[in-house]
Parts: sequence; C-alpha cells; structure tokens
Amino acid sequence: MPTDTLAPSRTDTVLAYTRRPGVRLWILAVLAAASVVVFLTVGITGSWDFAVPFRARKVYAMVLVAFAIGVSTVLFQTITDNRILTPSIMGFDSLYLLIQTLVVFVFGASALATADEQVKWVVEVAVMVAFSTLLFRWIFAGAKRSIYLLVLVGIVFGTLFRSLSSMMQRMLDPASFAVLSDASFASFNAVDVELMLLAAIAILLVSLVGIRMMRVFDVIGLGESHAIGLGVNHRRVVTVMLVLIAVLVSVSTALVGPITFFGLIVSNLAYTLLGSSRHALVLPATVLLGVICLVGGQFILEHVFALDTALSVVIEFAGGILFLVLLLKRGVR
Amino acid sequence: MRQKSRRTWSRHRSALLLTAAGIAVVLLAALSTFIGVSDVSPLSILEGGPDGKAAQLLVVSRLPRTLALVLTGIAMSIVGLIMQMLVRNKFVEPSTTGTAESAALGLLVVTIFAPTLPLFGKMVVAAVFALAGTGLFLLILRRIPVRSIVLVPLVGIMLGGVIGAVTTFFAYRLDLLQTLGTWMTGDFSGILRGRYELLWLALGMTVIAWIAADRFTVVGLGQEFTTNLGLHYGRVLALGLTIVSVVTAIVIVTAGVIPFLGLIVPNIVSIARGDNVRRSIPWVAMLGAGFVLVCDIIGRVLRFPYEIPLGIVVGVIGSVLFLYLLLRRPSRAH
Repeated sequence: MPTDTLAPSRTDTVLAYTRRPGVRLWILAVLAAASVVVFLTVGITGSWDFAVPFRARKVYAMVLVAFAIGVSTVLFQTITDNRILTPSIMGFDSLYLLIQTLVVFVFGASALATADEQVKWVVEVAVMVAFSTLLFRWIFAGAKRSIYLLVLVGIVFGTLFRSLSSMMQRMLDPASFAVLSDASFASFNAVDVELMLLAAIAILLVSLVGIRMMRVFDVIGLGESHAIGLGVNHRRVVTVMLVLIAVLVSVSTALVGPITFFGLIVSNLAYTLLGSSRHALVLPATVLLGVICLVGGQFILEHVFALDTALSVVIEFAGGILFLVLLLKRGVR
Repeated sequence: MRQKSRRTWSRHRSALLLTAAGIAVVLLAALSTFIGVSDVSPLSILEGGPDGKAAQLLVVSRLPRTLALVLTGIAMSIVGLIMQMLVRNKFVEPSTTGTAESAALGLLVVTIFAPTLPLFGKMVVAAVFALAGTGLFLLILRRIPVRSIVLVPLVGIMLGGVIGAVTTFFAYRLDLLQTLGTWMTGDFSGILRGRYELLWLALGMTVIAWIAADRFTVVGLGQEFTTNLGLHYGRVLALGLTIVSVVTAIVIVTAGVIPFLGLIVPNIVSIARGDNVRRSIPWVAMLGAGFVLVCDIIGRVLRFPYEIPLGIVVGVIGSVLFLYLLLRRPSRAH
C-alpha cells in the first residue's frame, strides 16, 4: 500500500503553510523591505552620502503615498461593498485639486505666499473633508442605483472638477498659475519636504483611529443591515471612515497629484493574494503591495528601462486594462 | 380635414421656430465675431482706418474663427447623433467611445514619424486611428453580456483612458506632452485663415449623414433587421463609422477635443422634440452651433482680455448637463 503518497511531501507542507494569510503577509513585508533596500543601494556610482539620503526621500514619499492610496481605497470599497470603486474613480482627488485651486482663488496667491504652507494644507483638508462627505452622502443616498451609473457619475464628476480647476487656474494671474500647475501631473521627484512631514503626521493620526476600529470595519463590510443588526452605529462609523478617506486622498494628491488606478490594482491584488477580507490582514497587505509596486516599479523603470518618472503613466495603462476586465467580468462585487 | 390643417400648422410652427433659432445663431455668431482685444466693430470697418486694419483683422482672424466654431458645433453634434443611432445608446459620442483618444494617438504617430506631412495627410492618419479605435470599442461592446445603458459609455471612457495612457507614455518620452495638451483641449484662439478649411469637409460629411440618417436608424435596430429590410448592414455601419472618425479627426487636427458636445446637444433636442431623427437633425445642428458660440463667448468674456479655451468651458457646462441627464429622476438607466 503506497502510504508514502498520502503523507504530505515537504513541498506540500510549504505550500500549505504559505496558504495561511499571516505568512503571506510576512512574505509581502520581506519583499517590500527588499525592494526598498535595493532601491536605496543598487547602482550608486558617486558619493553614497549624497545618493542614499536623496533616494531615501523618494522612498519616504512613495511609502506615504502607498499607505494613503491603499488604505483609502480599501476603506472606500468596504463602505460601498464593491471592489471596482476607488475614491479616485469617484473623482475624489480631482475634488481635492479643485479645492486647492479654490483656496488660492479665494484668498489670492499673495495671501498664500505669506501664509504658512502647513496652514494652507490644513484649510484645504478641512474643506475637503466637509465637501467630500456631503457629496458622497448625496451620490449614495436614497434609491439603490446601479453600480455602473455610480461609476459613470463619478467619472463625469471627475471631469467636471478638473475642468472647473483649469478654468479657475486660467483666471488666476500667471504667477499663481505657475504655482498651481505643478500639482496636476503625478511625479515622485518633486515632493515638498514640509508637506511630507505633515502628511506623515496625518497618516499617523489616521492609523491610530484605524487600528482601534479595525474590527468595526469588518462588520461594516457585511453590509448596512447586517452591521446595524450586529449593533454597530452604521451611520457614525461610515462618517468616520469617510473623514479618514478624505484626509488620505488629500495626502496622496497633495504629494504626487492624482493617480486614478493605483488603488484599484493594489487592493484587488491584496484580496486575491490573501483570500480574506479581514481588514487587519487586507489593509497592511495593500500598503505593502503598494510599496512593492511603487518602489520596485520605479526601480525597474529607472534601471531596466532607463526611464525616469513615467511610473504613473504605466500604472494608468495597466490599471485601465484591469478596470475594463473587472468591469466586463463581473461588474458588481 | 381638421387634423390635416393641424398638422400643417404644426409644420409651419416648427419651421418658424427653426427660422428663429437660425436667426439666434446668426446673432450669436455676429456677437462672437466682434468680441476681442483689437477694435473690430462694424463702424471701424466702414471707416476703414489708416490702412484698413480692422477689415483685414476681420477677414484673416475673426471670421475664420467664427466659421470654425459654427462648423465644429454642427459637425460634432451630428456626429454624436449618428453614434447614438449606430450604438443605440444615448450616452455615446466620440469622447465616450475612445474615438477622440485614438485620433490623438494617430496625430502623435504622425508628429513622430512624418512631421512634415501636410494638414490633410495628418487628418487622414488621425481618421484611420479613430476608425480603428471605434472598431475596437464596438468589438469589446459585442462581448459584454449585460448591456446596461450606462455600462456602454463607461467601457468607452475606460478604453479611451487606456489609449490615452499609451499616448501620454510616448508623448512623455519624446517631450511632446505640451503638444498633446493642445490636441486634448479644444482651443480656437489660434484659428486663422488657412487653418480651418478642413472643417468644410466635416460639414460635407454631416450633409451625407443627413441624407443617410434613416439608414443609420435602421442599422441601429440590429444586423438581422437591417438585412431583412434589404440594406447592407456592414456597408451602412462602415459609412457611419467613417463619417464619425473623419469628422472627429478633422476637429482634433484643427482645434482639439471638445468633450461631451456630441452627447449633450442631441439629448437636449431629443428631450425637447422627441426622437424623429430626420426631423431633429436641423435642430441638432442649430443647437450645436449655438451652444459652441455661447461657450466661446463665455470663455472670451470671463477673463477679458485673456481667454479660456473652449474645451474647458464646454467641459464644465457639458459635464454638468451630462450629470443632469444621468441623475434625472425618470432615468431609464437601471
């Protein structure tokens, strides 16, 4: 009797082991750390004292952005119970750009030049939180609408916000126009240092709130009626989540400008890799995948294809195709 | 007898209304012609001035611009109407089917490989790319199991996004982003005599479309239905797509993309006057020209003496109207 075929072979045990979500999370963590180390050290020809801190700043920005986009996307997908939606597809980062323009437009560039960069950012985020929460409540309120209609409305809102911003930018004087126009194209090279500090603080605060509410997020993911049945104050928790999302969208857009599909790619990768929708697993996985994609992707672009900052364009291309596939394959869910 | 007289009355009334609309468009065109930094008014042209500068300005810059606006408004609106008949969906037009982005990709290819090609040649290449892009859109559409009315434009917009990303990638690599920007935002401030004449060809295309309007309606009902009525399905579809692609390419080569124009205008006409295509075509043409002229005047007055490109003004007004159409209460979207 061939008992030995029934006994699990070593490779089988390894495979079974890697099927556990916790282990996969660790593998992702190792990969993310590796891509950071490789990015920091490989291919330095000149002075290490200059190159490493210079690259570290880029990595720092990319990690912040990976966190902000990944977490905001997963939370948004939990609220809407749909894995094709992301804050940026619904026009949220265009909304932030519009608010940024509006602030310059209302207070004037000279007032802002004298005002603190951080003060300006805090004002922008406050307006963003208020406005996006209202808008979101309005779009999703009332009658159940088809998911396709929601996405289309979101995309058109995005166009509206972008057109309005560029209209206002044209009405500014040339100096303030120059200040603003930099914000419209995603780039990891020209990130403001002061903003990064502020962004890090914002992300820390979001994490503190988020870690305490991790289990409640899972309950929200079951849908409104289940959540209420289980004793969760659905409305309040969703409002808190929306505020977190608004802050995170502001962070990522302020740092690198709008990126439409990045969140879609990493969140869907995370769900597929982990086979779980527990936030305690999915959220870190999404962030780690984000770091791997951004840092690793940037490394490959720079060193293998000798390109510079076209990463956002590559993401846009791959993400657009993924989005079409998801849309055609299953649409809802 | 009574019914007949009522019908002739309604036809008279409709003709009267159409004439009034035509007069309104002419007035708007005149207004648009005489707005500007230099003094070009009927009076200054009559006086002639020292060297007839005003008259010269009128002929070289102002009139071509107004003509270009009117022709673009008419052509893009009718093209939108044709697409809506062919795809049987009220929310498609060149900017929601990937057609405009494909044309821009074609222009980029010409700019890279044959920058010296005359304008007409550029237009032809852009039109071929637009045709291919629209064909791809139709192929994808055929494979969609669920045909929700809003899914169709959604797929088109995403396809446009993917094609746009490819275009941006190469434009970025070759330092052509700024050039790409001028194609993607409709702007009429650079229109001069000699830079807009291709648009007459676009007008010719829309006249063909007018003549063939009923066939497009039939083709929209499906291949079997069309064949049963004795029409060649493939041929009519090809004619429609060619008209759409050539007109889109001409407008992009001349001025740039004007988003949602071909979507908004036919929809408003259909809300106001129903769905008889042949009868609504003159209305679509009038409203299209009028809408573009109004947006252009807004763009030129808002920050006088500078101006805001037409594409941006239409982007704002057009997307608000599009949102209204999408979220309107008795929405057929489900």
